[in-house]
Amino acid sequence: MNSQVSLHDEPRTYIGKRQSRVEDEALLRGLGRYADDLAIPPGTLHAAVVRSPHAHARITRLVVDEALKRPGVRGVLTGEDVKLWASPFPVGVRQSMEHWCLAVDKVRHVGEPVAVVIAEDRYLAEDALEAVEVDYELLTPVVDPEAAADDEAPTLHEDVASNVVNDRHFRYGEPDTAFETAQRTLSLKVRYPRNACTPIECYVVVGQYDPAEGGYDVMANFQGPYALHSVMSRALQVPANRLRLRTPPDSGGSFGIKQGAFPYVVMMALAARKVGAPVKWVEDRLEHLQAASSATNRVTTIEAAFDDQGQVSALRFDQLDDCGAYLRAPEPATTYRMHGNLTGAYAIRHLEVRNRIVLTNKTPTGLNRGFGGPQVYFALERLMQRIAVELEIDPLDVIRRNLVPSDAFPYRCAAGALLDSGDYQRGIELGIEQGGLDELLARRDAARREGRRYGIGYTVAVEPSISNMGYITMAQTPEERRRAGLKNGAVSTATVSVDPMGGVSVHVSSTPQGQGHRTVAAQVVADVLGVSLESIRVDVELDTGKDAWSIASGNYSSRFAGAVAGAVHKAALKIHSRLVSIATQQWKVSAEDILFSEGRVYTQDGAHSISFHRLAGATHWAPGTLPESETGGLRETAFWTPAELTAPDEDERINSSLCYGFIFDYCGVAIDALTGRVEIDRYVTLHDAGRMLNPQLVDGQVRGAFAQAVGAALYEAFHYGPDGSFFSGTLADYLIPTTMEVPDPRILHMETPSPFTPLGAKGVGEGNNMSTPVCIANAVADALGDTVEPGDIELPLTPSKVRTLMGIEEPPRPEGVGEDSTETTAGGGSTLAASDDVEIPASPQRVFDSILDPDTLQAMIPGCHSLELTGENAYRADVTVGVGMIRARFDARVELTDLDPPRSLRLSGAGRSGMGDAEGAARIHLTEIEGGHTRLDYDYEVTIGGKIASVGGRMLSSASKMLIGQIFSRLSHQMSGAKVKRSLWQRIKHRLIDRGGDA
Amino acid sequence: MKPAAFDYYRPRTRREAIEVLIEVGEDARIVAGGQSLMAVLNMRLSQPRALVDIAAIDELRYIERRDGYLAIGAATTQAELLEYDFLADDVPLLAESLPWVGHFQTRNRGTVCGSIAHADPSAELPLCLATLGGEVVLETRRGRTRRIAGGDFFQGILTTERRPDELITEVRFPLKQEHHIYRFQEVAMRHGDFAIVALAADIGEREIQFGVGGVADRPIVRCLSRDDDLAEALNVLAWSLDAQNDAHASAAYRRHLVREMGRRLLAGETTEEEAADVYPSR
Amino acid sequence: MYIRHDDRHQVTLTLNGSERSAHAESRTQLCDFLRHQLGVTGTHVGCEHGVCGACTVIVDGRATRSCLMLAVQAEGRRVETVESLGEMEGLDDLQRAFRDHHALQCGFCTAGILMSCHEFLRRIPDPSEGEVRDMLSGHLCRCTGYTGIVQAVLAVARRRQNHREEEQ
Repeated sequence: MNSQVSLHDEPRTYIGKRQSRVEDEALLRGLGRYADDLAIPPGTLHAAVVRSPHAHARITRLVVDEALKRPGVRGVLTGEDVKLWASPFPVGVRQSMEHWCLAVDKVRHVGEPVAVVIAEDRYLAEDALEAVEVDYELLTPVVDPEAAADDEAPTLHEDVASNVVNDRHFRYGEPDTAFETAQRTLSLKVRYPRNACTPIECYVVVGQYDPAEGGYDVMANFQGPYALHSVMSRALQVPANRLRLRTPPDSGGSFGIKQGAFPYVVMMALAARKVGAPVKWVEDRLEHLQAASSATNRVTTIEAAFDDQGQVSALRFDQLDDCGAYLRAPEPATTYRMHGNLTGAYAIRHLEVRNRIVLTNKTPTGLNRGFGGPQVYFALERLMQRIAVELEIDPLDVIRRNLVPSDAFPYRCAAGALLDSGDYQRGIELGIEQGGLDELLARRDAARREGRRYGIGYTVAVEPSISNMGYITMAQTPEERRRAGLKNGAVSTATVSVDPMGGVSVHVSSTPQGQGHRTVAAQVVADVLGVSLESIRVDVELDTGKDAWSIASGNYSSRFAGAVAGAVHKAALKIHSRLVSIATQQWKVSAEDILFSEGRVYTQDGAHSISFHRLAGATHWAPGTLPESETGGLRETAFWTPAELTAPDEDERINSSLCYGFIFDYCGVAIDALTGRVEIDRYVTLHDAGRMLNPQLVDGQVRGAFAQAVGAALYEAFHYGPDGSFFSGTLADYLIPTTMEVPDPRILHMETPSPFTPLGAKGVGEGNNMSTPVCIANAVADALGDTVEPGDIELPLTPSKVRTLMGIEEPPRPEGVGEDSTETTAGGGSTLAASDDVEIPASPQRVFDSILDPDTLQAMIPGCHSLELTGENAYRADVTVGVGMIRARFDARVELTDLDPPRSLRLSGAGRSGMGDAEGAARIHLTEIEGGHTRLDYDYEVTIGGKIASVGGRMLSSASKMLIGQIFSRLSHQMSGAKVKRSLWQRIKHRLIDRGGDA
Repeated sequence: MKPAAFDYYRPRTRREAIEVLIEVGEDARIVAGGQSLMAVLNMRLSQPRALVDIAAIDELRYIERRDGYLAIGAATTQAELLEYDFLADDVPLLAESLPWVGHFQTRNRGTVCGSIAHADPSAELPLCLATLGGEVVLETRRGRTRRIAGGDFFQGILTTERRPDELITEVRFPLKQEHHIYRFQEVAMRHGDFAIVALAADIGEREIQFGVGGVADRPIVRCLSRDDDLAEALNVLAWSLDAQNDAHASAAYRRHLVREMGRRLLAGETTEEEAADVYPSR
Repeated sequence: MYIRHDDRHQVTLTLNGSERSAHAESRTQLCDFLRHQLGVTGTHVGCEHGVCGACTVIVDGRATRSCLMLAVQAEGRRVETVESLGEMEGLDDLQRAFRDHHALQCGFCTAGILMSCHEFLRRIPDPSEGEVRDMLSGHLCRCTGYTGIVQAVLAVARRRQNHREEEQ
């Protein structure tokens, strides 16, 4: 038996070729089968989710009676049901905090699910959303991670003393000594923002409940990791084999994000149980941006000890990771995914790390392409650039001086990563030469001579792939780890079978999201079995009830090329060796003489030859003719886990990934002097991802990651207000770059095969998400020069931000023109404040009395349908608030307080609508002026939350100014005796039809 | 993200459309191309009782050069205007600014009048209308019409002078005047995004009509004399707009663009971006 | 035409050359109608507010966001979706170019992009790269970085141009 066949000995018809994809024909013809395209069981109902408009509040009342009466509504799932049938999700750190699939007592971020309306179709379900009555008691939100980490900050989870739910220190080598003895030290504090790779397809979940078996069957475009299957089954309180989780054949992208679908798997499973019918939910874009998932935002203080030549001896990282409202599995993995290789591509022996995980009132974080990499390299590579500036030497020299030496591989990093292979020095030289650095330097010189701002940035990075399941346990102390049982490895799975007619089928449990796994798996099997690529069918659907899978199944940590393709190879070899053993026995030849190619199995000397399908078919049709060792049938499953992925050791070293690719990037950027826009003149990216299985797909991964990274560098961020309001609710607010914004990078390759993966391949899908944002930032820093505070280089580098960094010298505001605007930075806010005045032809006393008069008050409030007295100077009002086509009906409370007749009073109001919540107060001062008239001065503050803040951010300020202004101009009209304009429609409405004024 | 229910009317004539408006009035929304309204309906930021679809009214689909102005009917799309053969000769400012309006795909359905009716303060077409001193023609019962100057039509954010029983039947853009120069420039985050600042100028021999979009709650137009100290005039203008901070740009940045981009626009200088021609990149 | 808010209206249109009809409410989005009533699921829905472009179809010869159009507005019109592309059970030149240039990965945005390109190339047979990028800027693709898409469109335009010249 020749089970040791390595691919180097095989004829390589497919592996390593630019093979176009077997996936494409169906996708190009509109025949893809994505989650929302699949047939659903008869009687399937549709869900819509009631979400919190508040960042932090206690739910004091939730009533669904009205919603249940709405047409087509079949049920509403609430926190009460969830408490009855489910458990909170297990959490990765030892803290008593609960995360349920629906809020049960409090809401902790805008968009948090509060209830699920289940109806006959999605339109009807959405109709009933606003009929679910929820009362909230508002709590103080914490939004900024540093403020949240303060001991005095309000806590999100009452049973946990601090919002810092995990705090760990690590020390490798002798960092203190290194810092004490260093010629120089340099510290830099940077912030990495919230962003997400936002696939174009949102989440889709179809839940079913089988009361006979007490089990759930859920189809979802969940991407893994399947370690989370246990999180879901535990939350559903069923054994794992009673949660059958299925994925569709095609997925509309994920980039990590569809890991965050798992709470909805549980939610829709429970929804199905609630109504006794299958329930389908398709997440919409507003829901997705607001509440699906996000990269972790991080505040890092990084410090280096180095000498006058730029040789770095030690690093200190202080990382504060903001995981949002809940620590959702597998977090705090973002923090530890990079732990073993925190020193990047550098041979730095002394390292000190402090990692804190803080919770804030934002969407929980999760997997997102690059996962921890963008955050780490933003700090590390910005610091390396600063060292060069400080020493006034070429940044490339600082890089070169610190690289892991070429002869040191496999190289054990300070924190435990075992860098499997590479030649970083050669990579740098190759990149310089083939990328045309000299030309770029000349372009910079030329630009600068013309007085233009042009900068060059560099980055080197190692790109980890195939993560070690054990790295997540780094959040625990060694003692906690021992008690919980050590975790390690990364089991990948593949099955190859040959049917009675000789057709080859492959199944992988990698749940691809567009990367082309079917093509590469077919390439691997075609080469091993010598059959044509077209004859192989690859199935990538995963059904936990039927298929081979393990906890590391799924699509994450760039594990396909290194691990899954390796498992495919291993399974194909098992088939190969069984067929070889049949042939050797029948032909009485030795195994080495047997070859597989072009659909035939034959001996080298040509004496024996048989078609592949005849030989393989014999295992089905004529097992009696086969050697005794043959069991018949032909199907082999391979599990593969690398020995190098061991659990964290006693010194807290962890080989956090199996493979480490190398990236060397540089770019030239020009900054427009007028607009501050950053134009990428050229971007060069060199990759060593080991052996390339399909170079076309490798380039596709690089380009895709690069485009997302350009977004992260220049355009994309989730914006939150100081009260936790969310401002990036549409794709017109969350700015994914288009083809006009993404240049074509110059891609270079070298291949240093990994000794640890079956095919020598490493992951390549995430590298540019890690390297590119900081490379562009370094180039911008170079272009802006010394005038800019290094820590102020913050992503995304929008035109407004960059131009502000360049310095906007404003001529003074001319006398009497405009208003003072104290803020100079962008940011916006959901709390809007302004002041104005209006003249009223009546005495202050009359004005004062009028405001207290309910009829006048009703007339003052635009769109007020009714005003009902509920207490002294307190009313409940039914108000339609509208600006242009945008209109919402508010159930509002209006109150007049702080009465000081006839001088001042306070008019306040709070209301809620399907569109969001608003709260505001105006302080009113009355002053008598000439002719017995009154000048009414008012200053107001309005807070707006919920959907309208998420999608209407750029208009809120003008809109509230206009609406508030209307209140007082209507008062003025009223007092001057002029009739408040009643619109034509209102008059017609009273004459003709009245359907209840449903605006 | 599905719209709430509404009654749907698709009149065949303008008279029919106006009758429906009179009947349903303030609770009706007019839809033509729907490129703004449909998104708002999908998000349920608007839940009108009725939708009056004027896209199929053939008599409102025209581009006509008349005495001194170009008349564009309410059912005419932005794409049709962009494809109008004489646009650069007739209304050069529109030829310059239309490519900035949304995208190829949204211009295919979005109408010229619809954009003006929507009155988004960052939109290009309202800015052009106001800058050129065009007119909006509104019609109500029994064929009564009103014409409102572009500068007066926009009353605030998404708010116009149109009454609920009126239909915008056409907009009129003045034809190019001899010896006038027309310029348009915009800064947006991405190609096709709403303007952070958009500037339009109609530069005559003595006077300049200078319009700013994206900053105030409506397009603002100032008449500048070519003899003025333009730097000072632009500074006054910049400060008078009550610029706001939002997630993408600061108020100070917007004022900076009004001043500096305005100065270059009036001087006819190209921006560095255009001069450097760094795209598509090498 | 008048449709009450709670009525279901029979919408008849020409879909990819064949007359098709089904019921829709006044508020039914065209994309939902095509996908769930007429069963052409090749058109995808990505944002429902007209930005991502995934749902783009051709209506009366013009590339249109089907999330910003009502099913009832398509009454009597010609609608073309991705299912209309291709030649004799195979891919057409544009589709083949997309495959050859690796212009798609997950494929979710692809149908809309193909429909835009289809109309665009009919209108502008010999576009510059700038024009192609401008047209494509109405679509968001999260996988490819766009390079392959731009190359594919330019390659098809060139090939068709050559064909035309040969024919003359």
